[in-house]
Amino acid sequence: MSEHNQTRYSVGIDLGTTHCVLSYVSLDEANASPKVLPISQLVSPGAIDALDQLPSFSYRPHSAELNPGDCALPWQEQNTTLVGTIARTLGSKTPIRLVASAKSWLCHGGIDRRAKTLPFGSDDEVAKISPLEASAQYLDHLRAAWDSQFPLSPLKDQDVTVTIPASFDPVARELTAEAAKQIGCEHLTLLEEPMSAVYNWVNACGDDWRSQVSVGDIILVVDIGGGTTDLSLVAVGEEEGKLSLTRIAVGEHILLGGDNMDLALAYRVKAKLTEQGKTLEPWQIQAIGQACRDAKEALLGDSDIQVVPITVPSRGSKLFGGTLRCELTRDEVTQVLTEGFFPLVDISESPRQSPRSALTQRGLPYAQDPAVSRHLAAFLTRQKNALDSVPAHEEDPFAIFAEPLGSPVTTPPPSTEFIQPSAILLNGGVLKAPRIKARVVQLINQWLMQAGAPEARVLEGADLDLGVAKGASYYGQVRQGKGVRIRGGLANAYYVGIESAMPAIPGMEPPLEALCIAPFGMEEGSIVEAGEQTFGLVIGEPVHFRFFGSSTRHHDGAGALLSSWAEGELNELPSLTIELPLAGGRAGDILPVRLSSYFTEIGTLELEAVGLRADGTIDSAQRWHVELDVRD
Amino acid sequence: MNLETGPLTIDLLHLVLIAAVIFLVITVIRINAVTKAMIKTGTSTPVEPSANPEPQPQPQPQSEPEPEPETPIEQPASAPTVEALNTDSALQLLGLLQKESRFIDFTQEDLTDLSDAEIGAVARLIQAGSQKALAHYFTLVPIASELEESPIEIPVGFDPAHYRLNGNVVGEAPFNGTLIHRGWRVTRCELPKIAQGHDTTILAPAEVEL
Repeated sequence: MSEHNQTRYSVGIDLGTTHCVLSYVSLDEANASPKVLPISQLVSPGAIDALDQLPSFSYRPHSAELNPGDCALPWQEQNTTLVGTIARTLGSKTPIRLVASAKSWLCHGGIDRRAKTLPFGSDDEVAKISPLEASAQYLDHLRAAWDSQFPLSPLKDQDVTVTIPASFDPVARELTAEAAKQIGCEHLTLLEEPMSAVYNWVNACGDDWRSQVSVGDIILVVDIGGGTTDLSLVAVGEEEGKLSLTRIAVGEHILLGGDNMDLALAYRVKAKLTEQGKTLEPWQIQAIGQACRDAKEALLGDSDIQVVPITVPSRGSKLFGGTLRCELTRDEVTQVLTEGFFPLVDISESPRQSPRSALTQRGLPYAQDPAVSRHLAAFLTRQKNALDSVPAHEEDPFAIFAEPLGSPVTTPPPSTEFIQPSAILLNGGVLKAPRIKARVVQLINQWLMQAGAPEARVLEGADLDLGVAKGASYYGQVRQGKGVRIRGGLANAYYVGIESAMPAIPGMEPPLEALCIAPFGMEEGSIVEAGEQTFGLVIGEPVHFRFFGSSTRHHDGAGALLSSWAEGELNELPSLTIELPLAGGRAGDILPVRLSSYFTEIGTLELEAVGLRADGTIDSAQRWHVELDVRD
Repeated sequence: MNLETGPLTIDLLHLVLIAAVIFLVITVIRINAVTKAMIKTGTSTPVEPSANPEPQPQPQPQSEPEPEPETPIEQPASAPTVEALNTDSALQLLGLLQKESRFIDFTQEDLTDLSDAEIGAVARLIQAGSQKALAHYFTLVPIASELEESPIEIPVGFDPAHYRLNGNVVGEAPFNGTLIHRGWRVTRCELPKIAQGHDTTILAPAEVEL
């Protein structure tokens, strides 16, 4: 820690799909509480305001579109990068120049994430950037805003924690770390967003958190942001007589969030207006979406408002004449949002893969089923054995839970159809609406009741909009040993595919086996060798491996070789590439190697091929980096 | 038989609305004198100290340290001066109100032939937008905390800028009267900073769709 002597702040950055937030806390001051940095940004040409949130948008202006002087930032007179509120505002009228949801593209295995593809599908004339560059732009804006506020403590010298969805694959993690390093962060850590929400809750409660949960509790974290839904489970255990927290499972990446909900309402209003014989132009639909966002907040609040008028004035200077008028009622909002996104489904239901709805957009793999309920049910069902993975301590607080899960022969009793959370922590802007919050709690408690389990408690004290960033800066304090640390480790197990050796049969692919190279729960900073399996690599030629991740197989140790697995247990990720340099020998030679993985302190996964000597022992001097492919 | 009684009430509403907004514009132009300098120098200075995080000493690249709000009173007490105000932030506020609530469009309309229902629908929009804009850039608080139309005592040494005495104004303080209007004051004014050379006379650019 001696190199950290200069560090004075722990900075938490919530690099969100729709908004970024920066929070900070002094590391020199005892018991300092996290603050949120107002981020100076252009809000319209030539106007700068400091806001808590930086909208995660980048606008690629036409060369004649703006006066250069109107793009100046407090720290940069000659600025050409438009991010934040101004990008969102300009982009709402010129979407072909707007880069949005860069974060979702960053974890989209279907594209080359370093290629200049955004704004996706726009005219060639628009200067495109890659998802990586877009993320780096937002981070760089945050850095500049920070540096101008704290010129004596530049961001590069601070402990920076960037939050990522728990469901981010190794490549998206790697790219996020790369974007952070591009802006000069030297002390970087990645933290899963749901964990950050838990840290924020622990910090907000102070010592009181220990009275809100007890040993054996399972906390379900539901984080519904603007663009994504992220789920995690955290178990409360005991260590040396003190409560401890362990993240035991994470959900899959679900591109479903508040934006879908606003869009759904806008289409509902549009349908009503169409019924009245009115045809709408795209700009009007967009304006309706904006109006719906405000109306939604009023109708989902605690008040008794039943109807909110939706008015879209004409675009011209004449306000009257072209004005569209409509109403949005509470029943409609309930029907579209509560029933559409949070229906009271059975725990056994899983997300529907059927026809794409009108809510999808070309390009990003949006969730096909808009019902968050079914994604939640599927997650809890899939993770029914998650508790099993908690390492057994001498006094295993989970022993009572583990019992029915022991033998695969006996049919599990109904109560183990899904993992039963005993507490719920909500996060994300969507869950600010009291009625949606109530519905989520009702849904989970309905499942618990049917299984004969007690109701789950809602953990209060979280800040739904800024909590992730605050939790991340608090995490910096925790890393210094000032507070409770949530144990987590690697959120998924990772495998490489190996073709089984068998005689070739026409028309049949050789069966695939999966070798576990990085086990679930692997701790930060640790290295594992993937067993005795030896690969013969041809020097000078790139070799590709199929690469898989699993969020449910918690027991495979490094080196475990699977010959079969259940449907959906392993998800294929973009492949791995190893190319041994010529320096290792003559081109064409075959060199025996073993694979090892390193879960870095930062939170990224690094794979290495280690050379073997002729006698079969490991030659530590011969190590090569295995590339995580960014393209599919 | 007056057939127009119905619409009258709603028209009154609009008049009140317009009057309120115009009043606010004037208020802002007044406090403009205090804030203009800071907005131009790039230090958004709230009337009341805000929670801006500046926990460490900033180096002073510009020679000007922490600009204190200038008090016009400290000027030489020769001839009373009437200052021409910098118009930039007044124009800026008009632009913001136009952007958030179509304020300029609304005031420039001829409402004569429009039905009250039409005006009502738009008025909601203007009101909601103005409210949002004002809440974002200002904190408005009433000066008097008593209920309107209830008795109030104005103490000795009161500030005439805060309390306007009307009617039978005789005798000495403390005055006993009835509170007619609670008054408004701004405790925070944080308008966006303007880039050097930005033309504030353009309240809204002409929009052209390609």
